[in-house]
Amino acid sequence: MSAGSHYTPYHPRWYRRRVSVWWWLQSRSYTGFVLRELTSVFVAFFALILLGEVRALGQGPDAYARFLARLRSPLFVTLDALSLAFLLFHSITWFNLAPTAMVVRVRGKRVPGLVIAGANYAAWIVLSAAVAAIVLRG
Amino acid sequence: MARPITPLLWLLFSVGGTVAALLFPVHLFLNGLALPLGWLPAPGYASLRALVEHPLARLYLFVLISLPLFHWAHRFRYTLYDGLQLKHLTALIAVLCYGAALVGSALAAYTLWSIS
Amino acid sequence: MPPTVTTVTLDVARYRPEQESEPTVQSYEVPFRKDWVVLDALNYVKDQLDGSLSFRWSCRMGVCGSCGMTVNGQPRLTCAAFLSAEPSGPIRVEPLRYFPVVRDLVVDITDFMRKLKKVKPWIVRNEEKPLAEGEYRQTPDQLDAYKQFSMCINCLLCYSACPIYGLEPSFIGPAAIALAQRYNMDSRDEGARERLQILSEHDGMWQCTFVGECTKACPKHVDPAGAIQQYKLTSAAHWFKTLLPWGMK
Repeated sequence: MSAGSHYTPYHPRWYRRRVSVWWWLQSRSYTGFVLRELTSVFVAFFALILLGEVRALGQGPDAYARFLARLRSPLFVTLDALSLAFLLFHSITWFNLAPTAMVVRVRGKRVPGLVIAGANYAAWIVLSAAVAAIVLRG
Repeated sequence: MARPITPLLWLLFSVGGTVAALLFPVHLFLNGLALPLGWLPAPGYASLRALVEHPLARLYLFVLISLPLFHWAHRFRYTLYDGLQLKHLTALIAVLCYGAALVGSALAAYTLWSIS
Repeated sequence: MPPTVTTVTLDVARYRPEQESEPTVQSYEVPFRKDWVVLDALNYVKDQLDGSLSFRWSCRMGVCGSCGMTVNGQPRLTCAAFLSAEPSGPIRVEPLRYFPVVRDLVVDITDFMRKLKKVKPWIVRNEEKPLAEGEYRQTPDQLDAYKQFSMCINCLLCYSACPIYGLEPSFIGPAAIALAQRYNMDSRDEGARERLQILSEHDGMWQCTFVGECTKACPKHVDPAGAIQQYKLTSAAHWFKTLLPWGMK
């Protein structure tokens, strides 16, 4: 092309829609996704409760009694109940997505997703029972 | 690679998520609700303390507290970043989230170590 | 008995850059036929009602991947979206979300074409075998390892379903990663490390937060979300290998 020639390549006048800050309210599955991600807040909250319990156990019987009394307050009972709901949501979504993220092959054949999810649920039940047995026996 | 540490952070997120998924509901039910509210016969202070003093129990508790904190850090970081479109704050958010998980883990290690 | 429905309204997004600065909606009344898909209805509009409506289509049988649009808010192949399967009332037809609109229902997919090329979606060999030695052979199990990912028709429904792509247009996206994985898993391919390098970059697989909508939207059951998570696992394993003193660089 010579320096003097005018060449304007055609360029479409695109229309681009901006993604709204509220995009996660625009469909139910997006909202479900964000709720799933927010379960992590309750995971962190409970990790801190556990840390508090270990600290109280280390400090002595009085500190531990105070810790239990605090957990009995309406605020903590409400927060714990809410957290339990979110933690269950985390467990269920986590186990249901596990087969997608993990491919297990036995003799070249892919193990069906239901088997992998089932194994996760079985492990959940067994571990929960074991933890309950150990904690309650003291 | 541009961000060599990302695979490690993702792995901590995944393992932490699995730990939380498998063990947190039962612990929250017992430690957070059933025992303090007296729904189940609670083991006394002495027996719980003896349990926690066992080295394996301490290791278990460290894993139980630390890894889920990293799980939170990773997930919450992306939720803030995508959910609220805070692209310009990405570095600050990452430092705050993973930093908090590190501090929490260090506190857990110190607390568990100092039980004697 | 309610009267038989004989027509259905299509609310079609129009965008004519020479006369409007943002899209508008135009309604068309088309015959309702049990065996018609949205694409048939659009073609009826084009042939009988309004020749100025622009949209892409070709094979009308779910193979070419060119008729993807947003039907009642969901990314769909319009050749597979039956009028009778949509809820009653007007059917909304809009261009694929998150892509720049060129005209009416036509979007610009240059961005994807560039990204697709970046992941080297072909068989990479360190050294080609001489022709005389024959073809690269594969067992059925080796074929099975990647076959699912090879079903992709580049229809871009997955991009249009992915909020992360909408928020972060530089994200390399579901189909491109699934296609990278298709070649990584191919026993004849030796390009896995090159692709890992590309997909480990800032805009690669780590942008994905496993929303999972891409897999739901995929008309060919490719499962891009699965491909991405599996890729992350591979990448994490590779990361640990590089830590070992005898590990690869």
